[in-house]
Amino acid sequence: MNDQPAIVIRDLHKRFGDLQVLKGVSLTANAGEVIAIIGGSGSGKSTLLRCINMLEHPTSGHIAIQGEAYAMRPSRAGGLQPADRRQVQRIRAQLGMVFQNFNLWPHRTVLENVTEAPVHVLGVPRDQAIARARQVLERVGLGEKLQTYPVHLSGGQQQRAAIARVLAIDPLAILFDEPTSALDPELVGEVLGVIRDLADEGRTMVLVTHEMAFARDVASRVIYLRDGRIEEEGTPEQLFGDPQSAHLKQFIRSVM
Amino acid sequence: MFQSIDFSLLALTAPGWGGALLNGFLRSIQLAAGGYAVGIIIGILGASAKLYGGLVLRDLAEIYTMVIRAVPELVLMLLFYYVGTDLISRAAQAMGFTGFDIDGLLAGIIVIGLVQGGYATEVIRGAIKAVPHGQIEAAQAFGMSPVTVMRRVTIPAMTPHAMPGMANLWMIATKDTALLAVIGFSELTQVTRQAASATRAYFLFFLSAAALYLLLTLLSNVVLRWYETRARRGMIAAR
Ligand SMILES: Nc1ncnc2c1ncn2[C@@H]1O[C@H](COP(=O)(O)OP(=O)(O)OP(=O)(O)O)[C@@H](O)[C@H]1O
Ligand SMILES: [Mg+2]
Repeated sequence: MNDQPAIVIRDLHKRFGDLQVLKGVSLTANAGEVIAIIGGSGSGKSTLLRCINMLEHPTSGHIAIQGEAYAMRPSRAGGLQPADRRQVQRIRAQLGMVFQNFNLWPHRTVLENVTEAPVHVLGVPRDQAIARARQVLERVGLGEKLQTYPVHLSGGQQQRAAIARVLAIDPLAILFDEPTSALDPELVGEVLGVIRDLADEGRTMVLVTHEMAFARDVASRVIYLRDGRIEEEGTPEQLFGDPQSAHLKQFIRSVM
Repeated sequence: MFQSIDFSLLALTAPGWGGALLNGFLRSIQLAAGGYAVGIIIGILGASAKLYGGLVLRDLAEIYTMVIRAVPELVLMLLFYYVGTDLISRAAQAMGFTGFDIDGLLAGIIVIGLVQGGYATEVIRGAIKAVPHGQIEAAQAFGMSPVTVMRRVTIPAMTPHAMPGMANLWMIATKDTALLAVIGFSELTQVTRQAASATRAYFLFFLSAAALYLLLTLLSNVVLRWYETRARRGMIAAR
């Protein structure tokens, strides 16, 4: 529809009280790009990701989704806050987020989890939503688990259901926050497999991950975040094959 | 001892008092159910005010629950009833309505609801805090409005945590209806008193009333247990 980048972030700052977590981050994700964000614990990866859909409110900076900038106004705490709640809701409905802890709704079946946002946010008729849900659940290999409650699924199945829940709204970008970190090692592969499929299909994704081999494999661009700044950025070959910064070199050595 | 009891006094039609007793019982159930429902609504609003409200709302909710919990229920009911009806009829007069009559049942329901709401606020606040925040965040991330998040996620997710406390409140609501006898509501206790003093069969009538209250409690337990099982769907079975 428009050829604006899916996500544009300019000079993003975020402070929690006295703790400066993001210190001027700029980032553009074009349609079809898979951006992997790597970095040590506490470097601000989750915070950066959560600013994209306003789960965190930036202290300053500019964020636009598909060319539409969030309208912000000063907050009492000295930062920014959304000026228009409806705009935030409208933009959020076009972004999918996959959490480390899945965050499925336990009181709803897998099918109900997946139809929830289409029916109750987008206003899709229930039968259409169900048809679409079956399709995406089939895709992630959960076609047999429609009526199951999340508690009866393995971690890997829960995360795949959470991915299906996001696919059901056909988002223009998907945000992943360490989607495999809470999984037993033997379940990581099935989830990464699904994410790889999405990358191959040309979905726009921003992926915070500790799975370096995977990032190297699927990312079109890798961003190394350190202490609230982008310390290095480039193709996977550049970053993993020929890291420039000493910190990145050491980081790669410590995790691979 | 039972030979001396004249059970014909319980006949449904006069001169028996059975019909009157059942009517009183029905009225008690209406008062309890209505008051309980009002209490739940106030509880959800009060809990939201305490958890998500600004300074003013939070303080108001705090004062409300403190007053409800500190003052004896009978005093609260008398206060709400007499002050409330007085204020409403004055307001009605000021607006030019004359002969304005406040519906007794509705007034009773609101009085019980206001008391219940204070306790329900605390129960529901605790239950909402027990819901993992990630579930609410996931709903927000999909662009749900605050009301939709409340309706579709927070309330169903907190219900299992609220059930024990809310079941308890229902028991209290059924018994609180008896306090309305003081104001003159013809609910079960009031009718029982009338029947007993008219016939001097105190033992028979108060025992009958107790049996009816007990029956209500037993039936309620069945319904509440069924509902709790339903609300806990998708949760690992406790115990
Ligand atoms: N809501 C919050 N309030 C206060 N401090 C916070 C909050 N969220 C995050 N922080 C702090 O901000 C810093 C960055 O957190 P963030 O979660 O973005 O790091 P991360 O890079 O995702 O780390 P990890 O790899 O451990 O997930 C940390 O020091 C964290 O303690
Ligand atoms: Mg994180």
